[in-house]
Amino acid sequence: MDYVPNILFAAILVLGVGYFVRNIKKLIRNIKLGQKIDVSDNKSERWKNMARIALGQSKMVRRPVSGFLHVIVYIGFIIINIEVLEIIIDGLFGTHRIGLKVLPESVYGFLIGSFEILAVLVLVSVIVFWLRRNVIKIKRFLSSEMKGWPKNDGNIILYFEVVLMCLFLVMNATDTSFQTANEGNIISQFIAPWFESMSAETLHTVERTAWWLHIVGILIFLNYLYFSKHLHILLAFPNTYFGSLDPKGKVNNLEAVTAEVKLMMDPNADPFAAAPEGTEDEEPAKFGASDVMDLNQIQLLNAYTCTECGRCTSACPANLTGKKLSPRKIMMDTRDRLEEVGKNIDANNGEFKDDGKQLLGDYITNEELWACTTCNACVEECPVSINPLSIILEMRRYLVMEQSAAPMELNNMMTNIENNGAPWPYNQMDRLNWKDE
Amino acid sequence: MSEQLKVPTMAEYMAEGKQPEILFWVGSAGSYDDRAKKITKAFVKILNKANVDFAVLGTEESNTGDVAKRAGNEFLFQMQAVMNIEVLNAYEVKRIVTCDPHSFNCIKNEYPNLGGNYDVVHHTQYIKELISSGRLTLEGNTYKGKRITFHDPCYLGRANSEYEAPRDVLKKTNANLVEMKRSKNTALCCGAGGAQMFKEPEKGDRDINVLRTEDALETKPDIIATGCPYCNTMMTDGIKAKEKENEISVMDIAELIANT
Repeated sequence: MDYVPNILFAAILVLGVGYFVRNIKKLIRNIKLGQKIDVSDNKSERWKNMARIALGQSKMVRRPVSGFLHVIVYIGFIIINIEVLEIIIDGLFGTHRIGLKVLPESVYGFLIGSFEILAVLVLVSVIVFWLRRNVIKIKRFLSSEMKGWPKNDGNIILYFEVVLMCLFLVMNATDTSFQTANEGNIISQFIAPWFESMSAETLHTVERTAWWLHIVGILIFLNYLYFSKHLHILLAFPNTYFGSLDPKGKVNNLEAVTAEVKLMMDPNADPFAAAPEGTEDEEPAKFGASDVMDLNQIQLLNAYTCTECGRCTSACPANLTGKKLSPRKIMMDTRDRLEEVGKNIDANNGEFKDDGKQLLGDYITNEELWACTTCNACVEECPVSINPLSIILEMRRYLVMEQSAAPMELNNMMTNIENNGAPWPYNQMDRLNWKDE
Repeated sequence: MSEQLKVPTMAEYMAEGKQPEILFWVGSAGSYDDRAKKITKAFVKILNKANVDFAVLGTEESNTGDVAKRAGNEFLFQMQAVMNIEVLNAYEVKRIVTCDPHSFNCIKNEYPNLGGNYDVVHHTQYIKELISSGRLTLEGNTYKGKRITFHDPCYLGRANSEYEAPRDVLKKTNANLVEMKRSKNTALCCGAGGAQMFKEPEKGDRDINVLRTEDALETKPDIIATGCPYCNTMMTDGIKAKEKENEISVMDIAELIANT
């Protein structure tokens, strides 16, 4: 019967990790619905970007207040999770604080002491975060796309962290042997007196309960990630690795178009030639994107990585002047539609059944797309290398090349370029007139 | 302009069997827009003064296709690009300078993949080069003590990370360079990019160029300096909307330097 807790622990661990892995596989499958894109180049530069931007948080601290608090929570999260290793070993093998047995007492004390200090710092930061979201009313948390689930999601994450940190501290404070050893209980020694009146037995029960709730809480949190903006704690790493290495102004040239332009410019090409052998049944390439499957895999990874912080939107000139466009909403819409497509595939035995919906129109409107000035402020702002602009341009391409749905003035401008090589209706032969005026 | 500008074309150079140091890409705005033409001429004046061997394509130049690309018309962009590249390559052009950050970005970043590989510089970078090599000397104290604020063009700044060249040039005028709260990588767009120049803005509660002009007005400038013909138009309109056109002038860096 002594093994019951160990078996129970192993079962919970397998269940928690198993369900998480299942969802991660689903996430990878969904991302792979996108178009392939070659990102196998410049590995060393990519690793450096990941180290600097994700690991080093270099872009987070551009906004000093939220950046500083985020760094605390981030460091706290990573370091305190070392403790989880001990919990797992203890849980599986029925040991108690295995760290104390394998490490010198002073080293163990130093570790736990640092965890306790970080736990308090995280608690403080999380409370400030909550105030920023709910009391101070910072504008970027109040946009229309932040109503409902996105708002609740933001708060739920904060509550989770408060509970987990408190459980960690209570667990230490009620651990009699740990308190007696008096090594590393730097914070919990002040909490311990609150439990003084309890009998040894009750104290032990409280300690065990906190211990169990702490690990179960972590596993629940782990599984919550997939349903939350909090996925960024994992995806920020691949996302910054795969982020564009080109100057921000560079927009890719569509290869399918290049092939057609070459054919058009080739004086020897036969415009009436039949399609090459074996390609008759191929669907002609679709230009631009009207749904998530037309976007590339990096753009879909971007969508899952977005943590809805809204720095992009708060810097967007269109949004600042009251237009409907919000780069954050572009990313959220892309993710929500991708999730919808994923669920559709799950419900239809692995095959997508046309649901009569698409990203363009049902999620993102033409009005939003045409409000963009392509200024790259959103791309510059994103702390994890997301590029909302590339999605906007891909959808404009669909509107213009597949639907001829550009605003009238833009159609006029493009006709002018076609006819006279300038966006205005001036004669090409007058191009040098300025020199004599 | 009273003095005669020397504006040779590539065709003329070719006929003489010579190559210029640099091709000046005038761009559509610089060729046809009344305000932008003044910037073009100011830059030519600088080139003449520094004895730069340059040429333009003249009637052989066509729109880069940049604005069509940003509007989503990749076909039109690539048609324009391929045509221009054919002309540029036939003249064996190696180095291009332009006053338009949109042309600068497009030729520099988007032409190579279509067969057009050139060393492309923005005119503020080129002016800086002329000054530091001693080919261009700035005399006179026209701007001494004047407050000048520089509005970063998105396609020079964020798009290509060039923030210093225009500022370095402005500092050479002994002007008092003042920065807006939003500047360099956080600079606010003038509102013209992404084909907005050619259409009415979407429904909103205000205009981007007016918001940006307010950023500039906060610095209490005598002059708002620009480095892009579209930004220039937008900021000029913004100043008019704020009824400050009698106190504050909007000038391209080429005009500021040509006037020293």
